[in-house]
Amino acid sequence: MTLFSKAIAAAWFRGSLAGLVLLVLQGCATAPNTNPRDPWESFNRQVHGFNEGLDEAFVKPVAIAYQDVTPDLLRTGVSNFFGNLSDVWSLVNNVLQLKPKESVETFARVGVNTTIGLAGLFDVATDFNLEKYNEDFGQTLGRWGVPTGPYLVLPLMGPSTLRDTAALPVNWRGNLIGGVDDSVVRYSLTALRVVDLRAGLLRTSRMIDSAALDKYSFTRDAYLQRRRSLIGLNIFDSNSPPEERFDLPEPGNQNAPGGTSKPPQP
Amino acid sequence: MATALGLTLNLTLPLARAAEEAPDELIRRLSMEVLSTIKADKDVQSGDVRKVITFVDSMIMPKVNFSRMTASAIGRSWRQASPEQQKRLQDEFKNLLVRTYAGALSQLQDQTINVKPLRAQAGDTEVIVRTEVLGRGDPIQLDYRMEKTAGGWKIYDLNVLGVWLVETYRTQFAQEISARGIDGLIATLALRNKNGAMTSAGQKKN
Repeated sequence: MTLFSKAIAAAWFRGSLAGLVLLVLQGCATAPNTNPRDPWESFNRQVHGFNEGLDEAFVKPVAIAYQDVTPDLLRTGVSNFFGNLSDVWSLVNNVLQLKPKESVETFARVGVNTTIGLAGLFDVATDFNLEKYNEDFGQTLGRWGVPTGPYLVLPLMGPSTLRDTAALPVNWRGNLIGGVDDSVVRYSLTALRVVDLRAGLLRTSRMIDSAALDKYSFTRDAYLQRRRSLIGLNIFDSNSPPEERFDLPEPGNQNAPGGTSKPPQP
Repeated sequence: MATALGLTLNLTLPLARAAEEAPDELIRRLSMEVLSTIKADKDVQSGDVRKVITFVDSMIMPKVNFSRMTASAIGRSWRQASPEQQKRLQDEFKNLLVRTYAGALSQLQDQTINVKPLRAQAGDTEVIVRTEVLGRGDPIQLDYRMEKTAGGWKIYDLNVLGVWLVETYRTQFAQEISARGIDGLIATLALRNKNGAMTSAGQKKN
């Protein structure tokens, strides 16, 4: 418990430190048409550019090579192994979020996969219909009402928010790889984890390349929505107010130019 | 009306049934048809963009209010656009989406779709149909916003893994329009689609 509260304190300290540093940057970043969710856009864009360069030059080629060289079965085993470790941390966070069903299922997942699944190499639990509920400490903070704060792109790590950044040190503590004493093993496992994650995202990143007009704002808007939905906040539900229908003529102006109510059919 | 008729003929369904079909039923039927088409059609599986566009036009677009979808992504400027500009925006936006998702279609082959129970009142004219794609790995959340029209229920936005499509394009479109106007956005989309065509042709050679 003391370790845990220390970790939280450290997280908040580092979080506010990051906030302070960025507050200094804000002076140059604030433009008249600033996105309220992204007041540090110009700083974030620079980091995004740096990350993209690093990815193109180094991480992506390694991930592609990894995918080309290793057999499917091995790669699945690697993903499962890390997935099982992250399930342990999800379990802690499911408990912290007081989600009984998810906690029990995640506990069973870890139990089954660690034993029958040979230390997590095989994801037997999914075959037993035990669902995966990924939860991290940022989501736990969100669940308890901590607002996301501004969008923040971290060097090497990519899209985040002030809240998720503050939660990172706690997540690192919860990451079992970080607890490995032998530093060579620890760094090797971390590197393998990064390559495994990147290889898993190759298809997604190809899709983003083709879908995005501006990769930066596309990634940002998708990331912020995804994180919101992960803590159960959807932007639309049955109580959402009706949106303005731009495809219909303006109310009280039936003959508005271009306001076609019938879609032109190809 | 002509489209509705064409569609019902295609599906060999009576007109009355198509108009009365509940939104979740429609999504279930459409998903199953799409999946079985993908399974049967090698060209669609391989992500052949031209074939996928034909397939999307005949099968999916009749069930989509694409002018509403595009207008919603463009926002206020849509009303200033001429009908010609609106048509071009829709065409280029559709091509962009088809190109983006064409490659993912092949992955859908051995998946099944689970439509979740619809939470809606009897008189609702707008609903959200929630589904998940089940297969290897984690289930993929796939939701649709739908509206009731004279020609049956139509999709006007979709959500993949918690991310709504229209919302994700809104900022990008607004950026482009404020910098280069509506014609600028059309040009950017057209260029993107042309380059995309080149890239995918290049990828096939590998």
